[in-house]
Amino acid sequence: MKPITPTVLNKDKLSVFKEQDVVPFRNRVKEYATRIGMGLVNQTKLITAASELVRNMLRYADGGETLIEVISKGRENGIRLTFTDKGPGIANIEQAMKDGFTTGKSLGLGLPGTKRLVSEFDIKSVVGKGTTVTVVKWKNG
Amino acid sequence: MHKFLFMKIEIARMLQKKKKQIIDLWMKNQLADSALRDDLMSNDELRAQSEELVDALLKKLTDDNLSNIESADFENVYEILGGISITRARQGFSPRETGLYIYSLKDALLSILQQEFKNDPVQLYEASMRVSKLIDSFGIVTFETFIKGREEIILRQTDEITEISTPVIRVWDGILALPIIGTLDSARTQVVMENLLQEIVNTGSSIAILDISGVPAVDSLVAQHLIKTVSATRLMGAECIISGIRPEIAQTVVHLGIDLSNVVTKATLASALKYAYSILQLEVRKKQNNLVKTN
Amino acid sequence: MEKIPILRMGQFLLVTIQIDLYDRLALNLEADLVQMVSKTGARGVLIDISVVSIVDSFMGRIIGNIANMSKIMDAETVVVGMQPAVAITLIELGLPLTGVHTALDVEKGMELLRKKILVDGEELDETYNTDSTE
Repeated sequence: MKPITPTVLNKDKLSVFKEQDVVPFRNRVKEYATRIGMGLVNQTKLITAASELVRNMLRYADGGETLIEVISKGRENGIRLTFTDKGPGIANIEQAMKDGFTTGKSLGLGLPGTKRLVSEFDIKSVVGKGTTVTVVKWKNG
Repeated sequence: MHKFLFMKIEIARMLQKKKKQIIDLWMKNQLADSALRDDLMSNDELRAQSEELVDALLKKLTDDNLSNIESADFENVYEILGGISITRARQGFSPRETGLYIYSLKDALLSILQQEFKNDPVQLYEASMRVSKLIDSFGIVTFETFIKGREEIILRQTDEITEISTPVIRVWDGILALPIIGTLDSARTQVVMENLLQEIVNTGSSIAILDISGVPAVDSLVAQHLIKTVSATRLMGAECIISGIRPEIAQTVVHLGIDLSNVVTKATLASALKYAYSILQLEVRKKQNNLVKTN
Repeated sequence: MEKIPILRMGQFLLVTIQIDLYDRLALNLEADLVQMVSKTGARGVLIDISVVSIVDSFMGRIIGNIANMSKIMDAETVVVGMQPAVAITLIELGLPLTGVHTALDVEKGMELLRKKILVDGEELDETYNTDSTE
């Protein structure tokens, strides 16, 4: 059966290349989430995930482009966030998605935790070219 | 060909001319039917309802839309059909009875068609088929409206049940009790968790007792949510005790390999309360009776 | 440059986080706090996050750092006022706030600190000099 592609109702692009861009980006995500009537807990999960992913982008790829979309699938509305960078890429995505994976001093990319906060999670990466992470959070989780 | 088209235009107009006959015939058939529910609706009401429907239908019926069930021309008819479905449901008619009511209009219409086209079997067949399909669709509309009404009731009741079945009781200063009754599914457990945490903040309570003695069974997902609830409570600086775990649930939990070693569990709400008192350094003692006699 | 104010409450220090922390601000907070602990000999640090709606791993790291630094300087750290949605998200994220105590509000936080610090009948200096850093 063919998967149903959701319809995009609205979209917004934001570049994040320095620390000070993080908070405005988070606030914009909150704006859209509030607009579709997402509850507080789901909003918190979404914005926290967005914060994690955008900080990853800053830390490992010196920033990148973000895309915020309001999407709808049947009767459900949701927010889709896409993070695209031209960084070093992730060599072993499978390993990065395992709990407890560490790079450097920090807790690494925190991808498995971030994945648990959203409804759908997708990551594509080419070493030397860049990484694209797409997440979806439906209004009702 | 020309004659055929000319004949075709006549169906809608012909039926419009025969409006009174159609209604009379339809009423006659209904009143003769042994299944008539004159206990639920008076004959006058029935006539008024039937007239309104036939009126609306024949007003909008044209040659074109006779073959097009989806036509926007019938919007008003659909509204009336919806209304009929709802009022009849309220009066106590079963959806079948309402459906059959609509289908009985078909009989009246077909009888009229039969009279008019008695010398033209081909035309009669075609006209009958179209009318039949149209009325069938009308019948289905009444069923759809009925179902939609039911779904709305179910949604409303689900909301009400969710609200009622998760009371939060302040059993003491700083101690909350949440007795849960009924099946716990993943969605409901999340609602319970959010409620519990919010009430802890609202009341400034440091201990919450989640009593699940009214819960028949717990699956792996629900158990995980319960553990998360306890963890979240601790993270906020309060404590969550789970009480009333049935032996069957204890067995399931162990078989599923779920680790409850970090969760404080008590057999009953009473023992959980006793434990809560001890954490808060509270003591319950029997009063000393000072027998004082006054003269 | 904005600074997060640190309030002195007797033998404790109170930090109320009211704005979104970013790198430079967070590092300054860590530095200021450690200095204050040293200067005042504070035995406890309270971090009030009751108006913080998002706590990500960055924020978690800062809190952890503050707790570790304070511990080295013989002070305990309590995080107070965590919002329910934040608690739920942190559990899901799997962020362990180790070495950090938590309490529902400042009052309960101070109670907790007193319990933790009262060792061998040691008395706490509870004269409330509420002077803040400039």
